Amino acid sequence: MTTTVFKKTRGLTDVPFTYCPGCTHGIIHRLVAEVLEELELLDTAVGIASVGCSVMSYEFFNCDMIQAAHGRAPAVATGVKRTHPDKTVFTYQGDGDMASIGAAEIVHAAHRSENITVIFVNNAIYGMTGGQMAPTTLPGHVTTTSPFGRDTTLQGEPIRMSEMLSTIPGSYYIERVTVIDPISVRKAKTAIKKAFQAQKDKKGFSMIEVLSTCNVGWGVTPLDALKQIKNDMIPYYPLGVYKDKGANQ
Amino acid sequence: MRGIVTFDENRCKGCGLCVNVCPVHILELDQTKVNAIGYHPSHAFAPEKCIACASCALMCPDVVITVERVDK
Repeated sequence: MTTTVFKKTRGLTDVPFTYCPGCTHGIIHRLVAEVLEELELLDTAVGIASVGCSVMSYEFFNCDMIQAAHGRAPAVATGVKRTHPDKTVFTYQGDGDMASIGAAEIVHAAHRSENITVIFVNNAIYGMTGGQMAPTTLPGHVTTTSPFGRDTTLQGEPIRMSEMLSTIPGSYYIERVTVIDPISVRKAKTAIKKAFQAQKDKKGFSMIEVLSTCNVGWGVTPLDALKQIKNDMIPYYPLGVYKDKGANQ
Repeated sequence: MRGIVTFDENRCKGCGLCVNVCPVHILELDQTKVNAIGYHPSHAFAPEKCIACASCALMCPDVVITVERVDK
């Protein structure tokens, strides 16, 4: 007799991921799908896909999906949630989508405390278009549009979205996690579950920022990319809970 | 034997994240094989040593791994 310890979740379709080998987008997709299955939300969930590598995510999640214009996923999510308050609405956005072109939409969605869950995948680069500098690119990091490394005197410091959104009164739960080893993957899943639970309990805006790799865009191997998150990204983007309004209740 | 690890071989992209994370070091990329999408797929070269921890499956970005525990 055997007991299944791990098998593919029902929350994902059979379509193979279009991501590069070793890209942690796949892990994050799986965690969101597992949480939707465990909270029994698959039948009522509506996901909003963004523009970027995750543009095809409507093919991968086994729930209703909409594909929004670049950066506008929180605005579309607002519309869906307000017309269908009984649905679970989440957006799945990258850093180019959310921290750059979609900065206004996410800030105002948080300010209105829309009861939605945002999964923010921060890989510090524009992956899909070929590795250009994003607002989240680390100082000195070489990309195709910063061939001598990001110069903070010209391009400013990288934007920390979790810290910024946690200062907004309307946000309910904000945490930054990563997926570089089995322990952090388990922690990331707990955080995502907490965010969806907050929505289920009608608490308001929740966001989970996941530090992710883009080994092809960074020009390193998948294993070195995980090390790069640990050595370079986590010191600038510290992990942890930035906002939890429910903590003292 | 404590665990059974199986791979959906033709979906593996050979990134090696599972190989790196296995605590009993029984996984490797099979250099003698090329799968349907052109990569050397991961496989267990000593499957009888699997302890069913599922660390490989947790790290696999393409969800190709299934892990079962053998009940005593």
